Amino acid sequence: MNIAEQDVNPKSNQLTVIKDATCTFCGCVCDDMELTVENNRITKAKNACVLGKAWFFHHGIQDRPNATIEGKPVSYEEAFDAAVEILLNATYPITYGLSDSTSEAQRVAVAITDWIGGTIDTTTSVCHGPSGIAFQSVGEVTCSLGEIKNRADFIIFWGGNPAESHPRHFTKYSLMPKGEFIPNGRKDRTVVLIDVRKTKSVKAADIFLQIKPRSDFELAWALRGLAKGIDIDSSIEQKIGISLATLRDMMDRMKEAKFGVILFGMGLTMTRGKHLNSEAVLALARDMNQYTRWCAKPMRGHGNVTGADNVVSWTTGFPFGVNLNRGYPRFNPGEFTTSDVLARGEADAALIIASDPMSNFSQPAREHLKTIKSIVLDPKLTDTAKHATVAFTTSTYGINTGGTVYRMDDVPIPLRPAFESPYKGDYEILKAIENRIRGKQLASMMD
Amino acid sequence: MAEEFILIPGRTSRQGTSLNEGKDSDAYQEEINTLRMATTDMKRLAIDNGDNIRMWNDVGEVVIPCQAAKGDELPPGILFISYGDKSSYLMGGDTHGSGMPDSKCIDVFVEKFKTD
Repeated sequence: MNIAEQDVNPKSNQLTVIKDATCTFCGCVCDDMELTVENNRITKAKNACVLGKAWFFHHGIQDRPNATIEGKPVSYEEAFDAAVEILLNATYPITYGLSDSTSEAQRVAVAITDWIGGTIDTTTSVCHGPSGIAFQSVGEVTCSLGEIKNRADFIIFWGGNPAESHPRHFTKYSLMPKGEFIPNGRKDRTVVLIDVRKTKSVKAADIFLQIKPRSDFELAWALRGLAKGIDIDSSIEQKIGISLATLRDMMDRMKEAKFGVILFGMGLTMTRGKHLNSEAVLALARDMNQYTRWCAKPMRGHGNVTGADNVVSWTTGFPFGVNLNRGYPRFNPGEFTTSDVLARGEADAALIIASDPMSNFSQPAREHLKTIKSIVLDPKLTDTAKHATVAFTTSTYGINTGGTVYRMDDVPIPLRPAFESPYKGDYEILKAIENRIRGKQLASMMD
Repeated sequence: MAEEFILIPGRTSRQGTSLNEGKDSDAYQEEINTLRMATTDMKRLAIDNGDNIRMWNDVGEVVIPCQAAKGDELPPGILFISYGDKSSYLMGGDTHGSGMPDSKCIDVFVEKFKTD
């Protein structure tokens, strides 16, 4: 029996209900979906948020070739051979993406990169990569979403807009749910939102600190100072746009909390300062443990971007931006991260899995990506897939293929696919490429 | 006359839903091709809803329709756009050794677009 519990209507034999399915659209990875499938299309997605519904309803079977070379339909075998030739002939190949793929496929992508002596990087580098750098500097006082649900009575959302990016975070994990030590749910929690914009998430907060742009670093360090009992110069008010009295009140409340957590978004990592912003917030959470229990967690975007960090870490020792050209892993953000490698015009081939850098990378990086050979795996015909030398149409992870993904709190969650796809998944395609490359590399070693 | 602003690219709910329909969909394209500006700034620059503005920095330049931000979402001097093609044109390749380009709080100049 499939790992999913399935109820089939014997009359039509076409309607299937998948219980406890997992949504892989965002880092919440909600695993309480109830999906109704009719004729290879999900028609109902009970418990899904607005983003989850869009994810499930718009990932049916595409009418596209299995694979193309230069836009022309080819067989899988021809596409595999072409992909292998590109990767083996490249001087500086880069593997990128992986945040919307299973951890099983991510592992194979690392293996391919190792065999070809390439660079492996994931969308983390343009997401919470700076936080990954900060973890190495100051560590991470961490917790699970379950601990937040059951214990957190003081929650700070910093530089993020969960109401639009993670719609169920409030109701399933952080604000609304009643927990073992939070018997009254929302009434037992104090919620603070820190942002430059007055976003849709503000309505959910008790306290909104609207700070000036590029002042997260200063705010975090001011709070660190106040936590230590250090007098803060009043010029901080002009810099961040918040009064010292408000900051002192905030710190008093933070010290009175039983379990506090800072959930920080890309407002910190994408703004000037980047890893130093994340580092300041992580250090603040660490400092607060002198008084009471505090944690800090990044709000992760894509469904398995956390899995990408985990898999690349346990295979190479580093979370992203890893070069394997010398036969051992080297980690150096800025040197081996995809945005840089492309913008500097260094990479001469790219293997891109479930990602669309052509639609959101910097202009210099996009311009170089257009000029090099690329192999792209994606369920959709993205801008990146349109420019690919070899493009594979893939099945969709979580909807058509099983496997494992990691929730934003590093908890692995199994997938329960809803219906079969005629297209191969990332794992099968990458495994076929890896097998061919391994065979050729081993043969060349024997020569 | 051009004025200096700070541009914040970010995610929106509509962008998240429409990208599943496809990045070629009208909804997605409209979302990533609309700039949001505070009403006070629009009045000062004599910009009406739907007017094209020219926005540029040392990396690139775009012409894009402008809409008033809802309520007081944006303070004066701050612009918002959904991540996408247009914001990429204004994003530099330098990551300052971090791997992350300056993707939020980008300095830009803005003026009403004149067709002549």
